[in-house]
Amino acid sequence: MPWTDACATDAIEEEDVIRWDHGGRTYALYRSPDDQFFCTDGLCTHEQVHLADGLVMDHIIECPKHNGQFDYRTGAPLRAPVCTALRTYPVRVEGTRVLVDLG
Amino acid sequence: MRPRDYSLRGPDARRAVETGLAAAEWYHSEIPRKTMKDLMQRRDGPAIRDTLVWLGAMALLAGTASWLWVAGHAWWSLPFWLGYGVLYGSGGDSRWHECGHGTAFRTGWMNEAVYQLASFMMMRNPVSWRWSHARHHTDTIIVGRDPEIAVMRPPALARLVLNLVGIPDVLAALRRMILNAAGRLHPEEATFIPPSEAPKVVRIARLWLAIYAATVAAALLLSSWLPLLLIGGPRLYGAWHHVLTGLLQHGGLADDVTDHRLNSRTVLMNPVSRFIYWNMNYHVEHHMFPMVPYHALPRLHALIRHDLPAPAPSIWAGYREMLPILRRQLRGEDVALRRALPPTARPYRDEFHAAPVAAE
Repeated sequence: MPWTDACATDAIEEEDVIRWDHGGRTYALYRSPDDQFFCTDGLCTHEQVHLADGLVMDHIIECPKHNGQFDYRTGAPLRAPVCTALRTYPVRVEGTRVLVDLG
Repeated sequence: MRPRDYSLRGPDARRAVETGLAAAEWYHSEIPRKTMKDLMQRRDGPAIRDTLVWLGAMALLAGTASWLWVAGHAWWSLPFWLGYGVLYGSGGDSRWHECGHGTAFRTGWMNEAVYQLASFMMMRNPVSWRWSHARHHTDTIIVGRDPEIAVMRPPALARLVLNLVGIPDVLAALRRMILNAAGRLHPEEATFIPPSEAPKVVRIARLWLAIYAATVAAALLLSSWLPLLLIGGPRLYGAWHHVLTGLLQHGGLADDVTDHRLNSRTVLMNPVSRFIYWNMNYHVEHHMFPMVPYHALPRLHALIRHDLPAPAPSIWAGYREMLPILRRQLRGEDVALRRALPPTARPYRDEFHAAPVAAE
């Protein structure tokens, strides 16, 4: 599967998240405090709330509705009410572009 | 009045799912992402300060009250018990709430420690109520979905009044604690608690039952009320403030709508009540943006007030607008208060839900 161009690196602030819609699906793109980029499914696995409205703290994304938390690097659920892991996608940076492998 | 079934497994629960009211998309005021990020930032400082004041004041009041009680000055101890009781049986409610959201402190273990303590004080199983409150935020005042509707239609007046001294809530909590300690969940709990969490519910219920049994045993052994005045009792004699403020959160407002401006109420309050209540008087703001910590709610209020109905200017004013509605609901009228929006606000989206029948 080819890498898909998602956004410019400067479209995401450090320690932040943005929404990315592609191919009829929605994703969340993250930039960590150590300037790495990550991608997960966009909606919380607890209820259909978009994570791009949540708060990024270190390597954790908080759902803006119930504060379910995930490690956005691995998708692992860290705090109730989320129990199911978030799907993650490989990301690489090419120049000033963020590319995602949607599998 | 349309009959309402508030059980979570009844016809209204099914209707809410069928009509799309369950887990719906809710209205929210527009706030730039940068500002919202700033509002959501966690800090330890305000909550550490408030928790030290809260626990310190409780220790001081309980210590003085106990000393006077043991010295035989029961009447002189009364005001100290009342102060301790409010911080325990009402301050505990807001600490349970804020730390349950995980927003009060930045440091996770501090949130969790205060959450566990406050849950015990309020007799709310910390596992069950975390899930129950998540549902309250997903489906706020949606009949058949929200397990935390305090003022139903018609209002159960006797229950509301008795809850000022905690009686119905404590009896229900004890019944539920015994059921959970026996290894079972209530069928309604099973609608919002995943099976994987059930063992935690049971473990906590057993521990708490042992603590309360030990407290009662100590009271019997010492032939003294003192252990019960310190543990458990304040959930009764100190509950009045959290009930007084809590009823204003949604009382007399619309049900089955997807706009918190229609079903939640912001009330401006005196600083003492705001300390006890930890700023939950900004209730529309809290429901619209639940991840904004309590200490940032006044700032959030200032940012979006142009899009909200005017807040009630005091607790008294809140009751003056709510009680006449409850009186009409008691007479069987299907009415709710529909407050006017300022001209700067985006209008209510009645196309997304049946317009609530407004009280004139």
